[in-house]
Amino acid sequence: MSIKVRYFASLKELLQRADDEVSAEGISCVRDVWQAANPHQTLPENVLAAVNMEYVELDAPVQEGDIVAFFPPVTGG
Amino acid sequence: MAIKIYAEALDPWHEIQAYQAEMPQLAGRYGATSVFIGTMRDFNEGDEVKGMMLEHYPSMTEKQLEKIVEQAGSRWQVLETLVVHRVGNIRPQDPIVLVAVWASHRGDAFDACRYITEALKSRAPFWKKEMLSSGESRWVNKNTDGYRKS
Repeated sequence: MSIKVRYFASLKELLQRADDEVSAEGISCVRDVWQAANPHQTLPENVLAAVNMEYVELDAPVQEGDIVAFFPPVTGG
Repeated sequence: MAIKIYAEALDPWHEIQAYQAEMPQLAGRYGATSVFIGTMRDFNEGDEVKGMMLEHYPSMTEKQLEKIVEQAGSRWQVLETLVVHRVGNIRPQDPIVLVAVWASHRGDAFDACRYITEALKSRAPFWKKEMLSSGESRWVNKNTDGYRKS
């Protein structure tokens, strides 16, 4: 089993891809997911994260089967 | 409660009329309808803007909007709520968002409508990319605070 990762907006452009899939092995929190998917890319400071479509902090726990999303501050409305 | 995401033109007044027509149980009960419509300007941060692309996170958008509307419903006495938001390519003068709240009294309608609008701007996962008249494009980093400096 793995963890699905999604990127949006300017972050998607920066990374030049919309999604990733990482192994759940050795991963305990959201920050670990970023590290596994982007080993050579520092997590930008203002990035927001969601697990299964709910906002979470970067130290929130993650388990296999979760969908983790990273995106910049939102600008709707 | 209704939450709609449109990839094509949004006619807010038609949406309000159509929603009210679908809600005969509202008739005679509401004394106040508060409406916010956000429309695309042709300027932002001192630059001329000729178009905009709105991206969102499907499913999370609806989930967060539902949560916001439910929070408003628990704080104020609201009878019905309609939220419609555009995504995709938008031009100046196009409506971007509609928030409509029906309540028995204006206080609840005004306050809930404003709460939903402000919360949507800070919590619903939408992102705007502006196409400037200069030919450049840029992601909007954050919404303005929405209030004119006097």
